[in-house]
Amino acid sequence: MHTVVCIKQVPDTTSVRINPETNALIREGVPSIINPHDLHAIEEALRIKERFGGRVSVISMCPSQGEKSLKKAISYGIDEAYLLCDRAFAGADTLATTYVLAQAIKKLDEIEKVKLILCGTQAIDGETGQVGPGLATRLGFSQLTYITNIPDLDIDNQEITVIRKTERAREKLRAPLPALITLRDEANEIRYSSLRDLIRAERYKVIFWPKTVLGIDESQTGFKGSPTKVFKTYVTPARERGEILSSEEGRERKAVAEVIERLITTGFFVKGNDAKSG
Amino acid sequence: MQNQDSTGVLVYLEHNKTELAGVAKELLGVGRILTDKLSTKLAGVLIGNRMESIAHEAIKFGAEIVYMNENEIFENYVNRPYTSAVVSIVKKYKPEIFLVGATTQGRDLAGSVATELKTGLTADCTELDVDPNTRLLYSTRPTFGGNLMATILCETKRPQMATVRPRVLEMPKPDAVRKGEILTESYTIKDRDIKVRLLELIESKSQEGPDLEVANVIVAGGRGLGDPKNFAILKELADALGGELGSSRPPVEAGWIGHANQIGQTGLTVRPRLYIACGISGAIQHTVGMRNSDVIIAINSDHDAPIFNIATYGITGDLTKIVPAMTEEVKKLRLSISKR
Amino acid sequence: MVDEKFDIVIVGAGPAGISAAIPLAKAGLKVIVLERGEYPGSKNVMGGILYRHAADEIIPGFYKEAPLERHIIKQSIWIMTKGSAFQVGYQDLALDREPYNSFSVFRANFDNWYAGKAKEMGALIVNETVVEGLIAENGRIVGVRTGRPDGDIRCDVVVIADGVNSLLTRDLNLRCELTPDSVTLAVKEIINLDEAAINQRFSLTGLQGSTIELVGEITQGMVGIGFIYTNRKSISIGIGALVSELKRTLMRPYELLDSFKSHPFVSPLIEGGENREYLAHIIPEIEFNKLPKPYGSGFLVAGDAAGFGNVVHREGSNLAMTSGFLAAQTILRAKERSDYSENSLSYYKHLLERSYILKDMKKYRNLKKYLETHKEIFTVYPYMLSDAVRELFIVDNIPKKEKQKKIIKVARKRRQVCKILKDLYHGFRAFW
Repeated sequence: MHTVVCIKQVPDTTSVRINPETNALIREGVPSIINPHDLHAIEEALRIKERFGGRVSVISMCPSQGEKSLKKAISYGIDEAYLLCDRAFAGADTLATTYVLAQAIKKLDEIEKVKLILCGTQAIDGETGQVGPGLATRLGFSQLTYITNIPDLDIDNQEITVIRKTERAREKLRAPLPALITLRDEANEIRYSSLRDLIRAERYKVIFWPKTVLGIDESQTGFKGSPTKVFKTYVTPARERGEILSSEEGRERKAVAEVIERLITTGFFVKGNDAKSG
Repeated sequence: MQNQDSTGVLVYLEHNKTELAGVAKELLGVGRILTDKLSTKLAGVLIGNRMESIAHEAIKFGAEIVYMNENEIFENYVNRPYTSAVVSIVKKYKPEIFLVGATTQGRDLAGSVATELKTGLTADCTELDVDPNTRLLYSTRPTFGGNLMATILCETKRPQMATVRPRVLEMPKPDAVRKGEILTESYTIKDRDIKVRLLELIESKSQEGPDLEVANVIVAGGRGLGDPKNFAILKELADALGGELGSSRPPVEAGWIGHANQIGQTGLTVRPRLYIACGISGAIQHTVGMRNSDVIIAINSDHDAPIFNIATYGITGDLTKIVPAMTEEVKKLRLSISKR
Repeated sequence: MVDEKFDIVIVGAGPAGISAAIPLAKAGLKVIVLERGEYPGSKNVMGGILYRHAADEIIPGFYKEAPLERHIIKQSIWIMTKGSAFQVGYQDLALDREPYNSFSVFRANFDNWYAGKAKEMGALIVNETVVEGLIAENGRIVGVRTGRPDGDIRCDVVVIADGVNSLLTRDLNLRCELTPDSVTLAVKEIINLDEAAINQRFSLTGLQGSTIELVGEITQGMVGIGFIYTNRKSISIGIGALVSELKRTLMRPYELLDSFKSHPFVSPLIEGGENREYLAHIIPEIEFNKLPKPYGSGFLVAGDAAGFGNVVHREGSNLAMTSGFLAAQTILRAKERSDYSENSLSYYKHLLERSYILKDMKKYRNLKKYLETHKEIFTVYPYMLSDAVRELFIVDNIPKKEKQKKIIKVARKRRQVCKILKDLYHGFRAFW
């Protein structure tokens, strides 16, 4: 069985800083990591391989720096890694991205029919969560999002059973393969790589697939193929530092009373005897 | 679909079988503002089974037209049939803007609908606006963990799609006398619609844990609590304010409280009216999950703690004394929190 | 257990480890380097000066492509009191051209590049892996154990280069726990500063660099030293003291650094700069007689793990590199004879003794003791010197001959003549 994991290499958003003069993101010196949510997809794919055999491939659409994340994926035990890398892909929004990913899946079908695609729910930089559903739709795969658990995979009948978690409920769904799953973090914990896999990853040569290999129609990819464009960006206005009161020993009540009084004055807090209904 | 043909603002009416979802109402609210600016009509698309009352509810909340598709197959949300139904309505009525709530259902649906329509979708918007001259939708959303706001345009493709998170926009007031049209659409079930089957639905009304994402007040503890017992002190304050307990990562990792209460980069993102951070230093991995709270009160013994940079009010000192003092004051004055 | 056997396992991808890896990989041996950090250099800290000669021996002409900050043409030492500084410096245009003498560097950048060179030669570098122990069989080291699944590796020789806190040398009982008086704790700050401002404040042009070492009042009575180095667009400023001294005074290193930075002669140099990073590290100062035996049956020890350091001359990374290089020579020789026994590997000690490494350490073996027992070097002499020089500088109506007398009188007030003579004598012995 051929399982594919889609990963994204992202800047570590907790170390991103803003240049106060240009209002642009300072990306230099920010480490690139595998999107943390995708790690759970990698782990689940490896577990499926352990349970059912087969092969696991990982793909990522990224400039050449993406090689680093793909090698890291290999170090967890993934079989093969493909970097979808071409200048024509630059500037892609989610629609243009799913086009390229879909072409890659079709190419992987030539090696062995892809039955299952695993993704994280969203990336920590763009945070749209759109690539999973978009890719499933393009390929006509069963679309299963926000999955926490895969209780069963019936290879003979080509069906998968999953548990989906929404705000209000847990759903047990059964779907035919091929399927695309976006996995919630709680599904699993990423494993600690074996030394053997680390060594293999060090030596591994990531397979580069440019547009020519993938049979790309350039009008559907990159900047050209993106219906959405960024009009402008600006730094999130910082919260201003508010008032800090200190409370030494014994003066806690006073400090608390002052804060509460201020909040009553601004209308944030409402006192019991003149509370409005609701 | 190209520009010229499309008019009107369409809202996806998510529901729980008995009533409209809160986010759908909020979308009708913002939809009304956009519609008025564009001098066009506001419509809703409702997919389900036995939806009549919900359709009427949508009209009360501002929809001038409701395109309703009722069928047994839509009894419970499953992606494929819902996507097909929505796509066919969009293709038929050609709205220029289509808004969907960014719930698990909405995000699941919007992604597949936008891909099928080959149009642009902007997710998790916090602000929506239109230019009446160009009729372009300006969708603003946070990126990079909330560090950078981006305004996105979908210039040529239609409809311009956007999803909006619940409780971000204002809830409009319903107007009981408002009138509107309900158009029923029919649906021919296709083979692929029944491929994914819902075997079981386990509702969790009162979930295993708290629902911090809807809480109005959150009292959260961090490493500075020092002792797991001190969560009890925080709980008293939370109860007095009708709120929930939250936590940064260290207490969860130490096993003092469950992961369901964790707020931050690897936990939940919350936007309560009031967030009281006790013994939390304010590292960005945590603040990323709560910095959009309306009012933040920080309590910490370290006056250099970064949390004070984003707090509306801060109190330095011993939280084991400050928090009970606050609880007492809240109870004494019978404090409640005003609406947003 | 990893299926394949390697010729050499090197523990630590720092200067010592990589300096062993490069010549060995170049000679066609199967080398694997295990590094605990995310990437080579991520866990490494030093003051920041790299000496050309050691690295040049391993990669001739390395400075043409390595990520270096500035090449140092100017060096000075400042002897400080609270309000004065006696400065002795040297600058030389001969140092302003290839092959250069020394460079300011960032370890994270340099080590990473350096390890990349080892990779080019064919060495395998595996990161985020801690070597937890050694595998011994019949009294001989035959491999290493890591914490990872399938994490044992067998080899002919292990080069232990896991740094000042070496767990492996401890496991082998080669040395005892580091005592507070055999270790210096140094803290350092990297302060971003405009390139032009640096050039102006330190009188440099282009990529010329300057180093300043500072002693005296700034270590507040403790045996220690401060430093200021110029990088391209930042200043590395730091201060360190023997841990036993820090224990004695209960001073916190960052407090020491803060007061150092605010000294009236130091603060103008870093004025307007923006703090970028705080780093701290410990530096081994093991007495020459207590150095661990750096070899055994099936293993060699290089770099800080072996205790190689020459703090007085601010040298450490070059000793690490050269020792790694000598370890490689030893192993190549052992391979020729197919003999990795203790006796064969003892050749390493022989090479170390012939090199500047042990020769220099032997020369200065009494220096630390001298400084510890003669704290006046840090507390009294700077003031004495300052008094004397101030008196000379001040131009007033006192005749010069009287001034000379005055200087001696004031000096004697600070310290008795016989003591001064003793200090000088012992100091001479310790240095020479």
